Amino acid sequence: MCRIGAIKSKVAFHPSQALRLMLPQQEGHDNSGFAMVMQDLDGVFGQYKDKPLLSLACTQKGAQMVENYMEAHNFTRVYEWVPKLNRKPGLDIKAMPHYIFRCYDYPEQVQGASQAAKEELLLDTRLALRALLEKEDQGYAFSLWPDVLTLKEIGDPRDIAVYFRLWDDSGELMAKNVVVQCRQNTNYDIVRYAAHPFFIQGYTLCANGENTFYTKNKEYQKSLHRGYIGFESDSQNFLYTLHYVLHQLKWPIKYYKHVITPLPFEEIEKRPDKAELKLIRQSLGHLEINGPNTIIGMLPDNCLITCCDSKKLRPVVIGGDGTTIAISSEVCGLNVVIPDRDPANDVYPDEREVVVITPELEVQRWKQ
Amino acid sequence: METVTKTQDVTFNDLPWKIEYSPERCTMCGSCVAACTFKAIEPGVERRSVTISTAHVPEPTQTHRAIPVIKQKNSVANFCRGCGMCEKVCPNRAIRPVRNDDSRLNMLARGGGNPIKRGGRNNLLKERTLDKIVVGRISQMTDPSLDSERHTFDILAPFGRVLLPGELPFSIDDGELKLSDWTPPVRWIYPVIFSDMSVGALSTRAWEAVCLATAYLNEKYDMPVRMSSGEGGMPVQLMKSEYLKYMIIQIASGHFGWNRIIKAMPHMKVDPAGILIKIGQGAKPGDGGLLPAAKVAEHIQAIRGVPKADLLSPPNHQGLYSIEESVQKMHMSLNAAFKFRVPVAIKCAASATSVSVYNNLLRDPYKICGGFFLDGIQGGTGAANEVSLDHTGHPVVSKVRECYLAAVKQGRQGQIPLWGGGGLGLTGNAAADAFKMICLGANGVFLGKLLIQLCGCIGNEEGRCNACNTGLCPTGICTQDPRLVRRLDVDKAAQNIVDYMLALDGELRKMMAPIGNSSLPVGRSDALVTTDKAIADKLAIQYSC
Repeated sequence: MCRIGAIKSKVAFHPSQALRLMLPQQEGHDNSGFAMVMQDLDGVFGQYKDKPLLSLACTQKGAQMVENYMEAHNFTRVYEWVPKLNRKPGLDIKAMPHYIFRCYDYPEQVQGASQAAKEELLLDTRLALRALLEKEDQGYAFSLWPDVLTLKEIGDPRDIAVYFRLWDDSGELMAKNVVVQCRQNTNYDIVRYAAHPFFIQGYTLCANGENTFYTKNKEYQKSLHRGYIGFESDSQNFLYTLHYVLHQLKWPIKYYKHVITPLPFEEIEKRPDKAELKLIRQSLGHLEINGPNTIIGMLPDNCLITCCDSKKLRPVVIGGDGTTIAISSEVCGLNVVIPDRDPANDVYPDEREVVVITPELEVQRWKQ
Repeated sequence: METVTKTQDVTFNDLPWKIEYSPERCTMCGSCVAACTFKAIEPGVERRSVTISTAHVPEPTQTHRAIPVIKQKNSVANFCRGCGMCEKVCPNRAIRPVRNDDSRLNMLARGGGNPIKRGGRNNLLKERTLDKIVVGRISQMTDPSLDSERHTFDILAPFGRVLLPGELPFSIDDGELKLSDWTPPVRWIYPVIFSDMSVGALSTRAWEAVCLATAYLNEKYDMPVRMSSGEGGMPVQLMKSEYLKYMIIQIASGHFGWNRIIKAMPHMKVDPAGILIKIGQGAKPGDGGLLPAAKVAEHIQAIRGVPKADLLSPPNHQGLYSIEESVQKMHMSLNAAFKFRVPVAIKCAASATSVSVYNNLLRDPYKICGGFFLDGIQGGTGAANEVSLDHTGHPVVSKVRECYLAAVKQGRQGQIPLWGGGGLGLTGNAAADAFKMICLGANGVFLGKLLIQLCGCIGNEEGRCNACNTGLCPTGICTQDPRLVRRLDVDKAAQNIVDYMLALDGELRKMMAPIGNSSLPVGRSDALVTTDKAIADKLAIQYSC
């Protein structure tokens, strides 16, 4: 079972915090990988919040291919940050030759376009880059979105942190939100795309456990949206459903839980909104999940959410001190990153609960 | 001394069953002759050479005597069906039918130029795809299996037209979704439907037994099992009762019984569970229904509004020459009949063309087809030409799978629920069959012949009995002869069905729990494995060895 976590703070912090959250939970990950998505950036990217930021791991040739594509499609480079890598011998990491974090200006023709049109363009561009790189196995395009940075790497999380100097707290890489995961590789080949958190159009999600309705979810999602691709991990299903419910159907967030873990029919019948809930269960039956899972999601408006499967077969805890809130698979992670909080206020969501942490750090809990 | 003179004469060694009889055990009580509805046996006299001794001391002498015996008739009209009623009733185990592998019945039974007719199921196909598939993806460690006794399971399936998420008429009001328009009716019911067997094909008492079981399962055990009426109408009393809500009323090409149904509509207290339009059935695809005159008793004439005659439903609905027309006319009128409150589904015989039909229904702009029932070649029937039963039809397993995958390709899976039937539960293990069908993409299954076997039918796929067409059903199930019907203990029959369904429910849980699912794993093909490569390829499931 992977270990997953997220940190949200009023004050920007370094990725080292995310590592400190995860490393005590070593029992549940096997040094096969580390991945994180940072949102609401500060540091070197603080002044480029409105510029699409491309997170890329690739070969020399891949870098050239991406450059050519972006240029051909009128994206103008405005800033690039290249991590100063620590190529110390003996590190357990399967590093790529190049890591590129680059901000662009939108092409001129969409500068005045609607937000929706820009979102579609960014998705199409990322998908095109992914296809381009995949075809010749030259690299990975993880995200292309304003104010969002993704890093995924194969190896021991501690060594990955050494390699990218994530322990250094140099002030370069900072954010107010991080969603993070340390892998336990059980089902899939170790490929970079298979490492969650996954990202699509401002929605980030990571999950642990196993989605026993993976096949059903995947078969349905394949036809729902052009962006629902890959499926290297069953956790992608949860992200695509989150995106579908909130972005495509534009339903309120509470209905995400009703889609992935619908109430038993017996309970639906007792509800005043039974007509709506029954229709949701009917029409989105193939998006139900049915396994042991905890989900942590980050929304475009910087809200964090977490919920569990309908039998509460995976742990999760939320705790904070007023300035910082963290979600973690295990409480030992919280104890490290927020040692001075009052543990009595920690929240352990149950199988029918959704917890949302707003940008103001307000913790909302509601029962399904 | 006998000589062979007329080799064409029929003798019992030409017939599919020979009666094995022990005169020394027989007391000539007559029970077997009375029990045999086919008049395949009769009392007779045989001249026997016997050794007797009547003195105080043994003085054996040989003599000839006329001995009363039970004889098998040498007649195609009265051939023994192997039903075993004689053996059942014999107090001394003096008589029983034995299968004759050298039967020539197929060469003899077309006398008069008539095709052979019989009831039952396909007697030709012996292989069962479902028995070559097992549930091989078991939850172990990385995800825990569930406890079939402790966890709650949602064992329900949709009957009715399901809309795509984007088509749901929702408005958002204060963070809540509000339904703002009509949606097609969908009933969530038990994933096993009691398949359509008409009053007529079944005796009224057998039909009543299935009804009783249906009501009992609903009222006592909260198992929302639904029963299809079959094409023979329904008792008016039932249509005016609360129990109508458990019934799916069938309409087929003969429209038998619909005069009464329509007249009863104003008096209906509740809506029926659904309407099922029968286009075809798996046992005799492309052929209409058949109720031989022998079974059209007075009460059947009354319920169907017909004289005593062979009742042949046409092979197609008059005036239906395309799916589009079918959708427009039948679906629309039957939806309208109950003011669009009752789901209307369609039942077809599985065929090489099923996917095209399903695609057409999926694209129907009116969204009024609430289910696609596919009936496979191993489905049963009360009467059909043997050539239809054995030599026409299509296996249901791969066809349901193909329909499901066709819907997947279009992102329309689940919109028109898929129900599979035709030989499911044939080996008595309906739960396993149903579960595998569901994993392959069916929403549920329908069972017919299994139910009458639970009532006491002794017919099988090895040519045993299969006399549902004769009106001489030895178990009182498929006959209208009041003397034979009395052989059926209605309450016991209903109890058997109820018990079986409770066991089936437990077995379904026992299959859901190990794969970690608390709701039905519709389309969860990754749960299945097979050691047959061809099946694995065809059904797109995992091959294992």
